[in-house]
Amino acid sequence: MSELRSLYQEIILDHNKNPRNFKKLENADRVVEGYNPLCGDHYTIYLKLKDDRIEEITFDGGGCAISKASASVMSSILKGKTKAEAEELFETFHKLVIGELKGLDSMDELGKLAAFSGVSEFPARVKCASLAWHTMKSALESDKKVVSTE
Amino acid sequence: MSTQSPIMPSEVLERFDVARIRKDFPILSLNVHGKPLVYLDNAATSQKPQCVINAINEYYRSENSNIHRGVHYLSEKATQEYENVRTKVQRFINASSVKEIIFARGTTEGINLVASTYGRKAINAGDEVLISAMEHHSNIVPWQILCEEKGATLRVIPINDSGEIILDEYQKLLGRKTKIVSLAHVSNALGTINPIKQMIALAHQQGVIVLIDGAQAIPHLNVDVRELDCDFYVFSAHKVYGPTGVGVLYGKYDILDAMPPYQGGGDMIKSVTFEKTIYNDLPYKFEAGTPNIADGIGFGAALDYIAQLDWQAVSEYEHELLQYATEVISGIDGVKIIGTAKEKASVISFVLDGVHPHDIGTILDQEGIAIRTGHHCAQPVMQRFNIPATARASLALYNTKAEIERLAAGIQKVIEVFH
Repeated sequence: MSELRSLYQEIILDHNKNPRNFKKLENADRVVEGYNPLCGDHYTIYLKLKDDRIEEITFDGGGCAISKASASVMSSILKGKTKAEAEELFETFHKLVIGELKGLDSMDELGKLAAFSGVSEFPARVKCASLAWHTMKSALESDKKVVSTE
Repeated sequence: MSTQSPIMPSEVLERFDVARIRKDFPILSLNVHGKPLVYLDNAATSQKPQCVINAINEYYRSENSNIHRGVHYLSEKATQEYENVRTKVQRFINASSVKEIIFARGTTEGINLVASTYGRKAINAGDEVLISAMEHHSNIVPWQILCEEKGATLRVIPINDSGEIILDEYQKLLGRKTKIVSLAHVSNALGTINPIKQMIALAHQQGVIVLIDGAQAIPHLNVDVRELDCDFYVFSAHKVYGPTGVGVLYGKYDILDAMPPYQGGGDMIKSVTFEKTIYNDLPYKFEAGTPNIADGIGFGAALDYIAQLDWQAVSEYEHELLQYATEVISGIDGVKIIGTAKEKASVISFVLDGVHPHDIGTILDQEGIAIRTGHHCAQPVMQRFNIPATARASLALYNTKAEIERLAAGIQKVIEVFH
C-alpha cells in the first residue's frame, strides 16, 4: 500500500475529486487541447494573459486521477505567474516526475508539486502527470492547437 | 461455449484440472511486485506453454535455415517443419486444403492483405463496405483507407446497449452496393460472440463476400471455416498460446486464386524476367520474402498443445469461469460491466464509479494483477457507450476461481484508495 500511497497522495485524490479552476474560460486568449491517445486523457487549457503574466488559467476535459489532479494543481500554481516563471516550473515538474530533480534541500521548496514525486516510480504514468503541463507550455508558445503526449 | 452445460458451475470449475494446465505455462509462477502474478490480459496476448518456448529454442539450436530454397539437410528439415504447421492450421480450422492457409504477421496484416488485394480489385466508386460498430481498429482502418482511395463508403452496423449487433439493421444495410462484409467473430472490447454463421448466410444471399476477424474467437471457440462458410477468416497465433509475429489468413481457394498478389519478392514468384514475372501458386503467392520461420514452428507447437487438450472440457470451464467472474465483479458496489451480450467469451470490460480505468490498472498492477485499461483499440465502442475507456479482464484456460477472487479484492482496494 505504501507505493500506492506515494502515487495517490491526499493532494492528488483531493484535486481529482474537486478539481480547481475546472471550467471553460470565456474570453481566453489561448485555448489549447491536450490529448493522450494511448489512454484517452483529454483536456483543454484556457489562458488569459496580461502583458507577460498569466492572469487566469482554467481547464476542462477528463482523464485519470493523476492527469486531472496535475492539471488542477498546475492551474492553482500558475495563476499570476509570468511566462518565464511558468516555463521554469514546467522544467521543475518535468524533472520531478521523471525522477531527475536534484539539488533540492527538501521537497518543501516544491509546495504542492511535491505530491507528484511518487509518479517517477510509475513510468507508465509520467505521461498522465505531464499532459496538462505540456499543453500549458504549448499554449504559451501558441503555435499548436492540439498537443499529443504519446 | 454458448451451449448450456448440464453441470452446476462450481462442479465444472472444480472438476477441471487447472493446476495441471498452469504447470505448462512457466510465466504463471512469476511474482509481480512481491505477489503471485494474476494474468488477466489474455485478449491482448496469451501466455506461452513450455512446449512452444522449447520449439522455438530447438529450431534455432538445431534446425535454423532458410526454407523453400536449399537442397541441404537443414533447409529441407526447416521447410518440412514449417509446412507441417500449415497442415496443422488447416486441420485446426477445418479448411479444405493447405493452399487456403496463408501465413501473415498477424490478424492486422491478414485484413490489410485482403483489403489491398481483393478489396482494390473488387471495390469501385459508389460501392459499400460493411463493418460493425464493435470492430477493432485493425478491422476499421484498412477499409477506410480502401474506401477513401476508391470513393467507396464504409457503413457501420449498429449495436444495442448490451453490445449485440442489431440484425434487422444489418439486413437493411446489406444491399446491392455492398461488396464486402468484415466482422469480428468475438469483440475484443465487449466479449460479444457475434452470430456470424447467420450473418454470413445473409450476406451470401446477396452475393456479398465475408471476412471474419477471428483474433478473439480462435482461443475460445471451435472454428470450422467450412461450416461457417466464411470467405476469409483471419487470426493471430499469439492469442492462442503461440508466439507473436505469426498469423493466418484463410481464404476460399477460388477467391484467393483470383486475387492479385500482396507484396512482391522472393518465394511469391515462379519465374522473373525484367519483362514479366509469373507468380507462384497458392499459398506462396501471398508470402513474399523469408517468413517468420521460428515463430511459425512455435505456433505449430501451440497447435499440438491445443490438440492434446479436451477442448470440450476447456470450453465448459472457460464458460463457467466467465459466468463466475461476471457475477463476482458485477456484484461489487459501483462497478458496471460494459458488454452484457447473451453470448460472450472471455472478456469482462467494466467501469467503476468515480475512478478512471487507468488508475484501476495501476492499483491492480501493484497487487500483481495484470489487466488492460484504455480503449482497447476500439475507440468507436467507447464512443457508443459514451465512456473514455474501460478496465478489461480477459480470461484464458489457465485462469482460476481464486484469481477472480484476487481481482475482486483488488477492485475493493481501488475503492479503498479512492474513498
